[in-house]
Amino acid sequence: MRFVSCLLRMIALATLLALQPGAASAQGSPQAAEEAFTRLGADSFSDTNRAIEILIANAHPQAAVIIEALADGRLLAGGGAVVVKTKDGKLLDAKTGAALASEPPGLSAVRLNNGVRRTIQAALGGLGLLNPDAGKRIAAAEAVFKSRDASLLPVLEGAIAKESDARAKAALRQAQAAILIAKPDAPPFDRIAAVDVLRERGDQDALATLRSLPGDSSAGLREAQGRAVSAIESKLALWRAGQNLWYGLSLGSVLLLAAIGLAITFGVMGVINMAHGEMVMLGAYTTFIVQELIRTRFPGLFDYSLLIAVPLAFLVAGLVGIAIERGVIRFLYGRPLETLLATWGISLILQQAVRTAFGPTNREVGAPNFMSGAFEIGQLAITWNRLWIIVFAGLVFAALLAILKLTPIGLQMRAVTQNRRMASAMGIRTGRVDALTFGLGSGVAGLAGVALSQIDNVSPNLGQSYIIDSFMVVVFGGVGNLWGTLVGAMTLGIANKLLEPYAGAVLGKIALLVFIILFIQKRPRGLFAQKGRAVEA
Amino acid sequence: MNAPVPGALTSSLLYLDGVSVSFDGFKAIRGLSLTIEPGEMRAIIGPNGAGKTTMMDIITGKTKPDVGTVMFGGSVDLTKLDEAAIANLGIGRKFQKPTVFDFHTIEDNILLALKSKRTVARTLFWKTAAADAKRIDDILGIIKLGDARDRLAGSLSHGQKQWLEIGMLLAQDPKLLLVDEPAAGMTDGETAETAVLLKEIARDHSVIVVEHDMGFIRELGVKVTVLHEGSVLAEGPLDQVSANERVVEVYLGR
Amino acid sequence: MITRFLIQGMDKRGLVFLAVLVALAVLVPLANLLLPPGSILHVPTSAMSLWGKYLCYALLAISLDLVWGYCGILSLGHGAFFALGGYAMGMYLMRQIGSRGTYGNPILPDFMVFLNWSELPWYWYGFSSFPFAVLMVLAVPGLLAFVFGWFAFRSRVTGVYLSIITQALTYALLLAFFRNDMGFGGNNGLTDFKEIVGFNVQAQSTRAALFSMTCVMLIAGFLIARGIVSSKLGKVVIAIRDAESRTRFLGYRVDRFKLFVFTVSACMAGVAGALYVPQVGIINPSEFAPANSIETVIWVAVGGRGTLVGAALGAVVVNYAKTVFTSGFMAPYWLFALGALFVFVTIFMPKGILGTAQDWWARRKAPPEASPAAEPAPAE
Repeated sequence: MRFVSCLLRMIALATLLALQPGAASAQGSPQAAEEAFTRLGADSFSDTNRAIEILIANAHPQAAVIIEALADGRLLAGGGAVVVKTKDGKLLDAKTGAALASEPPGLSAVRLNNGVRRTIQAALGGLGLLNPDAGKRIAAAEAVFKSRDASLLPVLEGAIAKESDARAKAALRQAQAAILIAKPDAPPFDRIAAVDVLRERGDQDALATLRSLPGDSSAGLREAQGRAVSAIESKLALWRAGQNLWYGLSLGSVLLLAAIGLAITFGVMGVINMAHGEMVMLGAYTTFIVQELIRTRFPGLFDYSLLIAVPLAFLVAGLVGIAIERGVIRFLYGRPLETLLATWGISLILQQAVRTAFGPTNREVGAPNFMSGAFEIGQLAITWNRLWIIVFAGLVFAALLAILKLTPIGLQMRAVTQNRRMASAMGIRTGRVDALTFGLGSGVAGLAGVALSQIDNVSPNLGQSYIIDSFMVVVFGGVGNLWGTLVGAMTLGIANKLLEPYAGAVLGKIALLVFIILFIQKRPRGLFAQKGRAVEA
Repeated sequence: MNAPVPGALTSSLLYLDGVSVSFDGFKAIRGLSLTIEPGEMRAIIGPNGAGKTTMMDIITGKTKPDVGTVMFGGSVDLTKLDEAAIANLGIGRKFQKPTVFDFHTIEDNILLALKSKRTVARTLFWKTAAADAKRIDDILGIIKLGDARDRLAGSLSHGQKQWLEIGMLLAQDPKLLLVDEPAAGMTDGETAETAVLLKEIARDHSVIVVEHDMGFIRELGVKVTVLHEGSVLAEGPLDQVSANERVVEVYLGR
Repeated sequence: MITRFLIQGMDKRGLVFLAVLVALAVLVPLANLLLPPGSILHVPTSAMSLWGKYLCYALLAISLDLVWGYCGILSLGHGAFFALGGYAMGMYLMRQIGSRGTYGNPILPDFMVFLNWSELPWYWYGFSSFPFAVLMVLAVPGLLAFVFGWFAFRSRVTGVYLSIITQALTYALLLAFFRNDMGFGGNNGLTDFKEIVGFNVQAQSTRAALFSMTCVMLIAGFLIARGIVSSKLGKVVIAIRDAESRTRFLGYRVDRFKLFVFTVSACMAGVAGALYVPQVGIINPSEFAPANSIETVIWVAVGGRGTLVGAALGAVVVNYAKTVFTSGFMAPYWLFALGALFVFVTIFMPKGILGTAQDWWARRKAPPEASPAAEPAPAE
């Protein structure tokens, strides 16, 4: 161990020297460089270590390339030649960086052991801190922050003095602070300042670094550390709550998509459609088929596959919905419990039909480019697919609201919701309204299927896993009011995700189910219930 | 208007004062006050939406008033009780739309209404005593359905259902009967017979009759209360209220 | 009083049903135990256990018919009461294993040893006693139904809302019982039973006794249900089904009547579950699956709701069909058939096998004009 730290110190010193171009070139004697290559060719661990030191000490122009290649096992040596193999397989002369015309005979990779790896790591850290690219400097500073390698302190100080990029400077300072915290012999004033720097940084790593403060530190330092730790902890708790809120919003939008069609059919027709989940499933399978076709026939359109699937899924699920209404539900008016049973039967048939056609296993639906990956806001990790699903749910909700408020069929639907007999007496063809309502509700379920294909397994059981949650949303939000569904979905989604860290996923879900069962006792018609005498009848 | 005199509070069978209720902002009943004396039969008339059915809902506990006093027998606050408790106090109700138990026989309909302990245990181990059987026979005789006693109530005609419901009221033997449009959908002959039946009942019961049919009201020959927009417009003998200018205005829309 | 209660309103159909059950209870075990396997009248043990399972389902169906057919409460969570009764029996059977388990722990069931538990959870106490277990078979489902119903019926939750929250109830229990730390064996449930009241559960004679016991309990369940629906309480309950609000205005506390019927029904379902477990040899959380409860509803609908005998018949017919279907080449089509059955029965045969047969019989026997003229429309 002492050997390693001694080595590291030497390397650090070397890098410092390398900072000063004049000094470096003065030191860069060809003999020393020759020695380094001879030692690399010898392929013994101690020789390799020494070679790295020499390369750094001499600030050899090829040092970075050679050490990186060594770390990746791409540095080859044999027969007096030392060769760097690039990532794309080209061979370069290690000394000059010139491409080689032919492969020298007897090459083999220079071997590594843990000692050499540590040397390499330290060397790379030191090298990276001085990299002309600011991004690389930040990455290097991060590496030092994690390794808290005290030997790099002088390099860091030099780098900070020279640094002009604000973000890189902050990163370098944080790395310096991390080292100082762990270094009992550093000046107390510097260490307290380091606590402030870490507090500023305020993430999980800063917290861990602060916690690692040695127990025998001065009272003043310990107090500063205590305050910083609690400040960071409360800040982190806020971020965590924010992250859970985001997960909750995401789940809420999924629930909204799945439940809103159900809310419409239940609101207008008083019918519980147990096959609603299967409409979601049909939407997901439509997406799968569209994507398969595009993959095989028009690969260029892949990024548009979901966009193309949206209207098709709406149509497929909507038409199946209308068929169910005309073929079955129409005969069961005024018998909501029997409708429930019949639609359950239909859901069994649809599931089995899809299982027969596509097999019982999960089908893969790919994500287009714009839905892949993630980005960060502060400590929040936000994935693109979740973000797009929230946007999509919002759009679907707005569109439905517009249909209900602005179109004649929407007006008729609302009329039938409020008073079916009266609407019928006023000449509204309730049968047609029912069929269209069912089609619309099912179509929206199909849209939900497109979204769910991005975050869930597309299997014949897809719908089953959402149907009970969707019921809960509708029952909780109240019937005949889309806003109720929105509030219901978001409340349940967020409550679910906020409960999860404390109760665990399953207990959280059970708690919510119990809550809804109790809630229904208090408000048997949901959060946004219609009132008045007509409802009582 | 009957000014609420403290003494009258205890002697009145039913006492409503300052009762208001609204649904979604619509005031169905506003400041309604009404008293029914023991043994009294009262007819209540009023145009559609005057609050007649809502008033009955309040008395029978289906709807809770927003404000106001509803007392029964001078001491019982009806606003604190539910439908079953109020029914067991002795308030029976016949609905506007005849509601009988379609899948029960006529006899069973009467049996269910027959005055008895309504607990789970009593009904589970119920045995019809001779006195009960005789009472059922009597009532079936009164409502002229004795021959049809084993038929399902659902197979009765509209008028017969009305009578069956009145029979169920009789079986309940309540102190106060609320009868909502008993003559609706009946032939003239049936209407006349119903009036006779109600008068018969009124001998030993208090009765409130809600009716549209003026001929029927005249037949009953009792004090009339006119409701309009949720409160009492006029009260008195039929001839007197039908001469009242405001009543005429309300009914004829002048 | 009890006898009168049990036999009141007994009709021909009920007598035939009872006679069949008594015959099954006596003849099937005899045919299994006394006749040599070669005889054509011999009943193989596996067939006897299979039919024992059907009869457990029949008891479950009768319990559901009591609340749905007569009281109009469509419970989509009756499987939960069945499963709870099953778990209570399963816990007794687990305790009977004693030190014969894989790990040989005299107190802890294998799965607890596997989870490194050091002592028996308090709620497992007492289950080593058979009478206590029997009490729990009745009490646990009954108590759950009572508490749940007390809340639901008092706040007048009815119709599809009630159906949906009963479904939520069984779903919540499904999730709970899947958890290992609940102490009910998690995913795998309770199994590997050895003995029941001292007899080997695998033994042919024990199985015959269990079959007879199932018949006896089915008879008892039927008599109790029959007694309830034929009493005045039964008339009140039917009145609640057809005109709940009207019943209330007659002075009946609707919530209490519903609560009584619901609780009795849950206890009955619990007994069915308790008889089911030793005969199939396992109880696991999948018994709580909402789909199971809905399937029970279709048995009742197929047989004819509001008839009790029909419910039992429906349970046996549908489950027999399921066995035939799923064991042959038609296995992939079973769900199609089951789904179609749901649709067909609700649209074309709302009265079920028994109700439809009864109508047909009545029409044949009586000249058209004498039959009840305006048959009331079927109520929900």
